[in-house]
Amino acid sequence: MLSFIIEFWAFLRARKKFWLLPIIVMMALFGGLLVLSQGSAVAPFIYTIF
Amino acid sequence: MRILGLSAFYHDSAAALIVDGRVVAAAQEERFTRIKHDAEYPENAIAYCLSEAGLRLSDVDHVAFYDKPFLKFERLLETYLTFAPRGFKSFQMALPIWLKEKLFQKDHLRKKLQSMAPDFDWQSRLLFAEHHLSHAASAFYPSPFDDAAVLTMDGVGEWATTSTAIGNGAELNIDKEIHFPHSLGLLYSAFTYYTGFKVNSGEYKVMGLAPYGEPVFAQKILDHLIDLKQDGSFRLDQSYFDYCVGLTMTNSRFDDLFGAARRNPESLLEQRDMDLAASIQAVCEEVVLRLTRSLAKESGSPNLCLAGGVALNCVANGKVSRDGAFENIWIQPAAGDAGGALGAALAAYHTFLGHERRVEGADAMAGSYLGPSYPQAEIETQLTEAGATYSVLSEAEIIEAVAEALAEGDSVGWFQGRMEFGPRALGGRSILGDPRSPTMQRDLNIKVKYRESFRPFAPSVLAEQASDWFEISCDSPYMLLVADVKAARRWRMTEAEQSLFGIEKLNIVRSEIPAVTHIDGSARVQTVHADTNPSYHALLTAFQARTGCPVLINTSFNIRGEPIVCTPTDAFRCFMGTELDMLAIGNCLLRKSEHDPAMRADYREQFLLD
Repeated sequence: MLSFIIEFWAFLRARKKFWLLPIIVMMALFGGLLVLSQGSAVAPFIYTIF
Repeated sequence: MRILGLSAFYHDSAAALIVDGRVVAAAQEERFTRIKHDAEYPENAIAYCLSEAGLRLSDVDHVAFYDKPFLKFERLLETYLTFAPRGFKSFQMALPIWLKEKLFQKDHLRKKLQSMAPDFDWQSRLLFAEHHLSHAASAFYPSPFDDAAVLTMDGVGEWATTSTAIGNGAELNIDKEIHFPHSLGLLYSAFTYYTGFKVNSGEYKVMGLAPYGEPVFAQKILDHLIDLKQDGSFRLDQSYFDYCVGLTMTNSRFDDLFGAARRNPESLLEQRDMDLAASIQAVCEEVVLRLTRSLAKESGSPNLCLAGGVALNCVANGKVSRDGAFENIWIQPAAGDAGGALGAALAAYHTFLGHERRVEGADAMAGSYLGPSYPQAEIETQLTEAGATYSVLSEAEIIEAVAEALAEGDSVGWFQGRMEFGPRALGGRSILGDPRSPTMQRDLNIKVKYRESFRPFAPSVLAEQASDWFEISCDSPYMLLVADVKAARRWRMTEAEQSLFGIEKLNIVRSEIPAVTHIDGSARVQTVHADTNPSYHALLTAFQARTGCPVLINTSFNIRGEPIVCTPTDAFRCFMGTELDMLAIGNCLLRKSEHDPAMRADYREQFLLD
């Protein structure tokens, strides 16, 4: 996980997208709950653009 | 230096191996797992590529992945922010899969690779190339050009949906991009969806249906859906589409614009559907032509390389080729995401690591015969285990027997040498037939392929005689250019025939080779070359000796919804599950008449309709 955080920080620096950080932190908190409450994650989309 | 390229986790997973810049092996995962467009980690394809080169994973210097997950995540977040609060449902569904899996793709890849090679040093060996750089690299580096302009177009990668690049020697630089949600691929897919076909596989059907219609909606598309500039750049009016915020491609405003809801996939095709197909095809061609013309002016290069899913639109490619803005055009045979595996490996070798590139006359794809082949002993073992009755003949005898059967109107499964990389069967895993037969198109579609009768078949022609039969002046080894059948070989329609509409025209005998002549007199040509596929070339020569015709119908060896056959066992199952008359695998020849009818097994239910 630590290497992931380091790499993601490097990515935000390279892309100059620090403004995404608060959104990502909030997402990680609430999204974590969402993930923990689900059994499996399945891409629901008609075209896998996300 | 050995580099393994991978594409995975969205659709069409694949692996490709290059050794010192030379393409050694490449294959799609779907061929091994028998799951069409399989998106899983391509462990079978990796195992095959390594075995082809006699290597272990630990012998590989780098593994290159075909896109950048963080960049894609950035697009996801910014897109949802742009459209918020709309799109919450879609966001809610996308978030878990990202937080659980996709954001950690590097870690996932590392674990998978480590399970194959426990001491694999992933930190230094795992590289990532941007999606469109992978496409551009797959188009430029294997091409026969020292320098070229490169155009890549698809649904979407990370942000880019269309990009232009300049390639020179080992250098490849992307200089312009059009970003999501403005996408020619997604516009085409929106119409694929709206006309009742499956997105990401039905695009071929829309292209095949287009000549039955008139482009009566083209102006409406240009007026409302796409703002197309003179240089080919464009923007889509998102108020007609749903793919940014919802779970479908189009919305009710799109329905209102065209005066009806989406066609039910189960309902019959009507003239309106054909007109819609003709319209989006016309718009797609106009966009591609404007892009290539402006790219020719800006780059000054006489050479064009194409890749990305839109580059599989061979009708548009044919128009670009005839347009003359570029003197030479080369299209990556695995233009879709599977080819990204090869592109990522080549980008790593040349762009990231700076290795020299050598161009040696022909392209570096070896006819795209980059998949597995099976030695004669293995073929016999598999056929015997499957209960097949076969004769073992010399190669010359096989060719004579197959040519004879084809000339008599039989349909033949042709399984020889290495499997093709990319979506097309090119004479390695093909179903062949006599193109002179006026009933062959319908028969093959209904009795062998189990698909819609309007679907056209493509011709393979001896390269030396291609220009005697088709209006084509260049090679088309990968079946990615559409050209007209020579006017002298086409037959004028009678007044009664001309008055027919749409699908009624299907039964008109249009040329000397009606089974491969589409309704508009065109054909998706494959030129067959003795240096890349000598046995298929010899078969066409033998067929010509009997019939005077150096052309054969060539369609992929599978039924509707099934990946192209990979092994002799797959081929035998397809042979027994369809009305194919003969099967030639290596030196083994099988005739349906020599098999107990009780062995025939319909296996259509195993594959979802595409």
